Amino acid sequence: MRITCPTCGERTADEFVSAGSAEVRRPEGSDNPQDWVTYVYLRDNPAGQHREWFFHAAGCRTWLQVTRDTRTHAIVAVAEAALAKPDVAA
Amino acid sequence: MRYSALSLVKNALTGNRNWKPVWRDASPKEAYDVVIVGGGGHGLATAHYLAKEHGITNVGVLEKSTIGSGNVGRNTTIIRSNYLLPGNTAFYEWSMKLWEKLEQDINYNAMISQRGVLNLFHSDAQRDAFARRGNAMRMNGVDADLLDQDQVRAMAPYLDFETARFPVKGGLLQKRGGTVRHDAVAWGYARAADQRGVDICQNCEVTGIRVENGRVAGVETTKGFVRARKVALAAAGHSSRVAAMAGLRLPIESHVLQAFVSEGIKPLVHQVITFGAGHFYISQSDKGGLVFGGDIDGYNSYAQRGSLPLVEQVMEEGMALMPMLGRLRMLRSWGGVMDMSMDGSPIIDVTPIEGLYLNAGWCYGGFKATPASGWCFAHTIAQNQRHPLSAAFRLDRFASGHLIDEKGSGAMPNLH
Repeated sequence: MRITCPTCGERTADEFVSAGSAEVRRPEGSDNPQDWVTYVYLRDNPAGQHREWFFHAAGCRTWLQVTRDTRTHAIVAVAEAALAKPDVAA
Repeated sequence: MRYSALSLVKNALTGNRNWKPVWRDASPKEAYDVVIVGGGGHGLATAHYLAKEHGITNVGVLEKSTIGSGNVGRNTTIIRSNYLLPGNTAFYEWSMKLWEKLEQDINYNAMISQRGVLNLFHSDAQRDAFARRGNAMRMNGVDADLLDQDQVRAMAPYLDFETARFPVKGGLLQKRGGTVRHDAVAWGYARAADQRGVDICQNCEVTGIRVENGRVAGVETTKGFVRARKVALAAAGHSSRVAAMAGLRLPIESHVLQAFVSEGIKPLVHQVITFGAGHFYISQSDKGGLVFGGDIDGYNSYAQRGSLPLVEQVMEEGMALMPMLGRLRMLRSWGGVMDMSMDGSPIIDVTPIEGLYLNAGWCYGGFKATPASGWCFAHTIAQNQRHPLSAAFRLDRFASGHLIDEKGSGAMPNLH
């Protein structure tokens, strides 16, 4: 698996730390415990395209949002986390 | 046909031409009392215990591929019951007891070998933690022995005791732990269930779950609709996908775990040995190959293969523990799809949908649990309530806070 970092170019997956699903959204301000259970524990876990956080630990140390196909490990898109669309449904 | 010494001799004398298929390759009937989704170890064990312990034989096991093609045929074949936490200890010990009498129960040679599982420790602090675990096991009636360095050296003189970054100081040994021929578990349970009338339907993928008025009505499959009074999900790495067919969202992510085997050598590793300073476990198959593995790759995956960085990491850990590994050639590596739950422990439970039952979240420790998982899941399905041994494996524990986190990693499935 190789990830194309916007700063460093195509690099081996070895340089990146996988930091989990980017498909969940923190329910800021909610006082409904179920919202937090959903956020912390429940996942769609799709077989197909999946948005994830990766940290380029052994490179430029940028946080990235990577869209990857979980069936083939093919990288579909890479964006800097700060520029990635935040409109993800929980 | 019942297997015995006599049947072996008879078939040998007739040129082994008269062996019969081990189970019928059935097509799904129109309706069953229970449909089990997934013909892996857990699904087949569930079918066997449903038939044998609960008298429910009108059962169809629907498998999208061939039985044994998933994780039951892809693991490192280790059995053990060295768990610390309440909720786990008694369950895994029951599994060990079922392993010990499995071959007589299903009349099938599963090559169960209680060669011992030795968990190495590398520091004083780790020794104390392992002593605590061993004490918890013994208080629950599980065997455990704390070994010092000399005792470990007598068992495995080839380990790197002194010069490694993490010197081997001793180990916690469970003598009753060991290995089982994994394929034989699938085949043996399949044959035992089949003989009691269970249909094993291969290449029959479930594509939908029909729910009518909050109650399960059956499953859509690639071979048509199959009506069922009860539907039991045992789909391992694909649990999230089948549960989603009934509108359930699970506390599970699917990750890939790799395993490896070396070329065959003469007997060398006589136990299952685990490295305490990393995550590495090794044993030797009866064919002579060293079988070993380490961590999951760490990212969501439905591909039954991993990537090279993890291969390198596993080899490095193996070399740190056992430098002679460097002289061996690796023969094969493979990957399986693991249903990593959010606390590292499984789920065996009823669901909010009447007649729908869930068995999932085994992470990469499902093989050792196969008999007890089938035993408890069969009970849950037949009685429509949790079995006392699996009572802690509730689906709602994530909301109530009653997590069972052996490793203490928190809700990060790639760290369990």
